[in-house]
Amino acid sequence: MTHISVKVDGTTYEDDVEPRLLLIHYLRDRLGLTGTPIGCDTTSCGTCTIELDGTAVKSCSVLAVQADGCEVTTVQGLAHDGDWTALQRAFHERHALQCGYCTPGMIMAARDLLREHPHPTPDEVRHGLEGNLCRCTGYQNIVRAVLDVSEEEVTA
Amino acid sequence: MSGTVEREVGRARTRKEDAHLITGQTNWTDNISVNGLLHLSILRSPMAHARIDRVDVSAALELPGVIAAFSGRDLAQEMGSLPCAWPVAEDTVVPDHPPIAVDEVRYAGDPVAVVVARDRYTAADALEAIEVDYTPLPAALDIEGSLAEGTALVHSDKGTNRCYGYHSASGDYAAAKARADVVVTRRYHQQRLIPTAMEPRAVVVTPLAASGDFTLYSSTQVPHVLRVLLAVTTGIPENKIRVVAPDVGGGFGSKLQVYGEEVITLVLAKRLGRPLKWTESRSEANVATHHGRSQVQDIEIAARRDGTVLGLKVSLLADMGAYLMLLSPGIPILGASMYPAIYKMGAYDFSCTGVFTNRTPIDAYRGAGRPEATYAIERIMDDLAAELGMDPVDLRRHNWIRHEEFPYTTIAGLTYDSGNYEAATDKALALFDYDKLRAEQADRVDHADTVRLGIGVSTYTEMCGLAPSRWLGEMRYAAGGWEAASIRVLPTGKVEVITGTSPHGQGHVTSWSQIAADALGVPFEDVEVMHGDTMLATHGMDTYGSRSLVVGGVAVHEAARKVVDKARKVAAHLLEANEADLDFADGAFTVKGSPEARKTIQEVAFATFSSHDLPDGMEPSINAEHVLDPDTFSFPHGTHLCAVEVDTETGAVHIRSYVCVDDVGKVINPLIVEGQLHGGIAQGIAQALYEEAVYDEEGNLVTGTLADYLVPGAPDLPEFVTDRTETPATSNPLGVKGVGEAGTIASTPAVVNAVVDALRPFGVQDIRMPCTPERVWQAVRSGKSGKEVAA
Ligand code: FES
Ligand code: FES
Repeated sequence: MTHISVKVDGTTYEDDVEPRLLLIHYLRDRLGLTGTPIGCDTTSCGTCTIELDGTAVKSCSVLAVQADGCEVTTVQGLAHDGDWTALQRAFHERHALQCGYCTPGMIMAARDLLREHPHPTPDEVRHGLEGNLCRCTGYQNIVRAVLDVSEEEVTA
Repeated sequence: MSGTVEREVGRARTRKEDAHLITGQTNWTDNISVNGLLHLSILRSPMAHARIDRVDVSAALELPGVIAAFSGRDLAQEMGSLPCAWPVAEDTVVPDHPPIAVDEVRYAGDPVAVVVARDRYTAADALEAIEVDYTPLPAALDIEGSLAEGTALVHSDKGTNRCYGYHSASGDYAAAKARADVVVTRRYHQQRLIPTAMEPRAVVVTPLAASGDFTLYSSTQVPHVLRVLLAVTTGIPENKIRVVAPDVGGGFGSKLQVYGEEVITLVLAKRLGRPLKWTESRSEANVATHHGRSQVQDIEIAARRDGTVLGLKVSLLADMGAYLMLLSPGIPILGASMYPAIYKMGAYDFSCTGVFTNRTPIDAYRGAGRPEATYAIERIMDDLAAELGMDPVDLRRHNWIRHEEFPYTTIAGLTYDSGNYEAATDKALALFDYDKLRAEQADRVDHADTVRLGIGVSTYTEMCGLAPSRWLGEMRYAAGGWEAASIRVLPTGKVEVITGTSPHGQGHVTSWSQIAADALGVPFEDVEVMHGDTMLATHGMDTYGSRSLVVGGVAVHEAARKVVDKARKVAAHLLEANEADLDFADGAFTVKGSPEARKTIQEVAFATFSSHDLPDGMEPSINAEHVLDPDTFSFPHGTHLCAVEVDTETGAVHIRSYVCVDDVGKVINPLIVEGQLHGGIAQGIAQALYEEAVYDEEGNLVTGTLADYLVPGAPDLPEFVTDRTETPATSNPLGVKGVGEAGTIASTPAVVNAVVDALRPFGVQDIRMPCTPERVWQAVRSGKSGKEVAA
């Protein structure tokens, strides 16, 4: 068992964890966070994407012990006082989700993309979301939603 | 009903269901947690076919945190065979299908043993500690080979790998062929696909010891069907089982099943008296969740020199995999009546042989039988056009049912109520700029460009609204095709719609709200839609086969009509008027000629709640239920056009443009319709270009993870141009037709037709799906030895 201290969506947690415990399982099974689902076991689908110290990572490819001392943001940490972020609103308005299983990961990956390219072209959006699979939408409305959001709005 | 309030039907409403999904407040089955929950994990066969000589779970049981471990033999008494509800032919061979293998494993992935542990990591350790001795057996691994003399038998007790034979004919195909100027014969391959809903399956069972009741949560498309069949399979009375489908992360047919894991989890929760959860890993999903397609299609079309199609002959070999799932034998037969598609012809001959192989079972995948049918007819129409030197669009135009000919009964015996193929096709051609692209294509040929342009068309129809129960009965399907809806008008005037459909991304909550809001004249925001819980939606037939709107949505409309009829009686009484003298518009009853005499439906609801002054003998309720069993199917249609650039030196295919015009009848919500089309087209393109379940010669799945099975990502797909025409269905009061599978059905042939079209000058007639760079490159090289041939 290894002791870790990690701040998740604004709350700091102190825990003893097995060294082999994946961050995604720590978030889901130990902290009871429901917003970050698991879609694969090969780091291929992106549904588990979260932010680790401000950078999007697939939380199934990180050990919980590696998050020691870090700050984690999941989709559940985005909406403040019921106020959705611009990306969440854009996903809703563009019908960029159907079953919604890929959505948390898509939103977290899209935030990262917009930080890098505040005004991306459609191609840049498509390439930026390469690591996130969606089986329902055919991506088109996701691309539209991301394009709708400008740099100022995403950080707001 | 007409009024001043804006109609909901037809409005691009954003979805009510998004809020919790966008903020992560979700109820995926794997999110469900209860006190004392234990984890269940399954050990699966590493071999395609083997005898199980010994299963030893004792080492697993010694690990701290392991509660129980069982082999199939330990549990066989408590679990019946998994059901097949569709033995399509009288001679259908239905093998025993134990949820956990007892004596023999029949595909790589077949469950062999289970463990129950305190957490998922311990369960994973325990699986590794289980010892199994196998004696490998020869396996039947391919569709064509499985019927050959001397091939290993998947089920030796059945003495054959033939599951069934099915034949139907209408008109005299031999005579049509004898009269024909041209006969084109082709063999197409429908590769095996892995449906790949992003949410792997999961099951949670919570037992209530005192009453013997069980709640089973499952990421299922079919909570109602599942409940019936769990009772049948386990012997637990149906009224002791509550099935809940919480948020479900996609299905595409792969979750319309009664799976062994659902039975196992229920039986073990009962035996142990503890709540249990099983969650599938993706690698498990790829072998253990049913696959789709997997057919060999022999097609022959006979035509006159002017392009008139005279007859069609179809002969299929359909892979069932190792066992029959709920609908397996019926899937190819769902396609049987769709091969003649939108074309008039005098003769049609269909036959299908189902075969067993030592692979993951096959069942419904988006479109289920109809994409296979549409692929074959739309591919061979192109081949026929090439043979006749006709433009493929002209050939279709020459043969299709004309607008004024509806209703039209096809050679396959289906009556299409309405359609307008001309309008959709003309609109699509204009959007696509067909003539300009053809000119560019010719230009590239003239310049011997190494990158060629190909243009593919597919003019499809599908049958939605599964299904008239009588038709299903004739097809030997065990259940009906009706759907239930109830509407409760609460004392405050808010409305609850309870639907038997069980959505998993299709937006039923929003669309059903729109339907109910219009029919009752209440605000969209005042309607709640509830579903997916057998305790709440007490009966239903669930969601698959593009049936939800045409059966379930229309049922909502009909239930609302009953509510209005009941409310009218109360309103007439309160207004001291004759029912016949009342108008109903914008949610209020008014007396003809004196509009100030008015009662809103909310006022009527409250009057019914208080019940102080109701018509004599009237029950104090305006709530209503409707169970709709449609008389017929509905037939959306459309034209999809695809332009591809094919690099003849690398084999790479790039989709340059994709245009479609679909006619899904009356549109409830254009935003949702467009979204369904996008997703469907993406899955159809995936079959054309990317996806295939590949096995090695030992029968192991090579594409066992998402790292090897190529689900397209955002950069792999183009921007789709979608538009529509609207020819209302005449067979239901809403005029709706259904849309969920249209994109998948139409797009696969459009894309492959485009790829083949680009390469016809090289003598290429067919490329096996998926059209990978390797296959395209090989086709260019081997088509007339890579030399271009005169077109
Ligand atoms: S679950 Fe992490 S990438 Fe698929
Ligand atoms: S919305 Fe279903 S996987 Fe993306």
